[in-house]
Amino acid sequence: MEHKRITVFCGHYGSGKTNIAVNYALQLRKTHDKVAIIDLDIVNPYFRTKDSEDELRQAGVELICSDYAGSNLDIPALPAAMMRPLAERDTQCVMDIGGDDRGAVALGRFADQIKAENDCQMLFVLNFFRPLTGTPEEALCVMREIEAACGLRFTGIVNNSNLGPATTPRDVLATAERTARLCELSSLPLVMTTVWEALAGDPALRNEPVFPLRLQRKPV
Amino acid sequence: MSEKVLMKGNEAIAEAAIRAGCRHYFGYPITPQTEVAAYMAKRMPKIGGCFLQAESEIAAINMVYGVASAGKRVMTSSSSPGISLKSEGLSYLAGSDLPAFVVNVQRGGPGLGGIQPSQSDYFQSTKGGGHGDYRMIVLAPASVQEMASLTIKGFDLADKYRMTAMILADGTMGQMMEPVELGDVEVKDYDKSWAVTGTKCARPHNIVNSLFLEPEELEKNNFARYERYKAVEENEVLFESYLMDDAEICVVAFGISARVSKNAINEARKQGIKVGMIRPITLWPFPKAPLLAAAGHCHTFLSVEMNMGQMIEDIELAIRCKRPVRLVNRVGGMIPSPEQVLLAIQDADKGGKAS
Repeated sequence: MEHKRITVFCGHYGSGKTNIAVNYALQLRKTHDKVAIIDLDIVNPYFRTKDSEDELRQAGVELICSDYAGSNLDIPALPAAMMRPLAERDTQCVMDIGGDDRGAVALGRFADQIKAENDCQMLFVLNFFRPLTGTPEEALCVMREIEAACGLRFTGIVNNSNLGPATTPRDVLATAERTARLCELSSLPLVMTTVWEALAGDPALRNEPVFPLRLQRKPV
Repeated sequence: MSEKVLMKGNEAIAEAAIRAGCRHYFGYPITPQTEVAAYMAKRMPKIGGCFLQAESEIAAINMVYGVASAGKRVMTSSSSPGISLKSEGLSYLAGSDLPAFVVNVQRGGPGLGGIQPSQSDYFQSTKGGGHGDYRMIVLAPASVQEMASLTIKGFDLADKYRMTAMILADGTMGQMMEPVELGDVEVKDYDKSWAVTGTKCARPHNIVNSLFLEPEELEKNNFARYERYKAVEENEVLFESYLMDDAEICVVAFGISARVSKNAINEARKQGIKVGMIRPITLWPFPKAPLLAAAGHCHTFLSVEMNMGQMIEDIELAIRCKRPVRLVNRVGGMIPSPEQVLLAIQDADKGGKAS
């Protein structure tokens, strides 16, 4: 997979962005000294990178998120500290953006800086089993809405199609055709197919660019 | 054709409502139910429906009153503090015998409370909230699939009995994602000859109103309304009975508490404890008969709730205080753990026979 210093994950609400961003940051840390994950979610107060705080800290990944994430205070807020890793050229940045165009508005604040860096990939996370992005055409529509909201263009697609813990390799493969169609419509490459790690070695998926995911669960 | 999709509970409610023929949604955003409104905002304009974000909860519920008067399927959704604001409107809907569908995805209270899940609006939804003698049909889903199916059921019951049906979910149910199968919904035809749709000079005026100048007339209306409530109590009770046949301990829980309890019950069964569960699906009408029957063979009841003990009173009434009912609870946005429920079951098993 092509690597860029800044990786941005955007997509439809509930498509799996946070889970993928955390796993991707942990993976990056294995090959890079300085990795930061930046939580820009201003839409949903639940299911945040903050839920994986302990694991990220132990792995040596810096977590930058709102002080209010995971608390009882439902206030969209971005800490000033977000600017630093973006400016530090020796830091690998993983950016987790809130869902849909509404969430991507927060990314717009950093668009000029990210463009100026010219070392960024912006990936569209997609789950074809989610409502409102069931077809390539609907997904393309969401992509364009996000691009318009943040002022940045996507560079690749992440197929994260799943039905939760009940997902089978067959379910994932059932979306291959639609993914190919979206790649064609958007002229963008499929960068990875993300699957739960228990399915990653399944021979049925041998032709997919599989990226295994460990599920990040909120501790209860 | 029914397709499998991965949905949040809130989204499942919105999609099910659209399939049930609802084309009018009025609301005001509040966590943790905002996805209902967000979904409606995306979908309604595409299917010729109306999504309107009102200036307040009070405005939204009165818009619901307006559309309901015209005989169309209509809904609003909110979370606890927002439902308090809507309560005046709920009373007016009841006083005017209007069918409406309302969703409460509860958060911790009282007051502004917090945004974590809760079940502390049990009293508010089953005993009133608004003023006057009235009831609402209260449905308590325990899965994302039930968020959808009980929404469809709610619209039907509302139309059938000309009253408000409410989904009483908690933040967990609204936010959790599960695979759901959504099929086409057959929208039944209910008599709405009372609706205010224009006389076209061909019939007498219909009047939708909750003000009665003569007390005798107001009393007559209240009596008639309670005849309908009686029919609801006789015909519409829903509950799930889990491992109750040989049970000596009966857990009573709804929503997310019931799911947690089921895990605890399965573990207790492995240890040889005869425990089962009655899960009320309608909180009003409350499943009194199966609970009273369970009092014949259960020595202890456990009420697992995310509040300070609200449903426990209905259990005690249902079983006529024949057996002890113990409260197992967490509040403030906390969820009971299976271990907490299991401990309570083990404790009831040890001491229960003596008590």
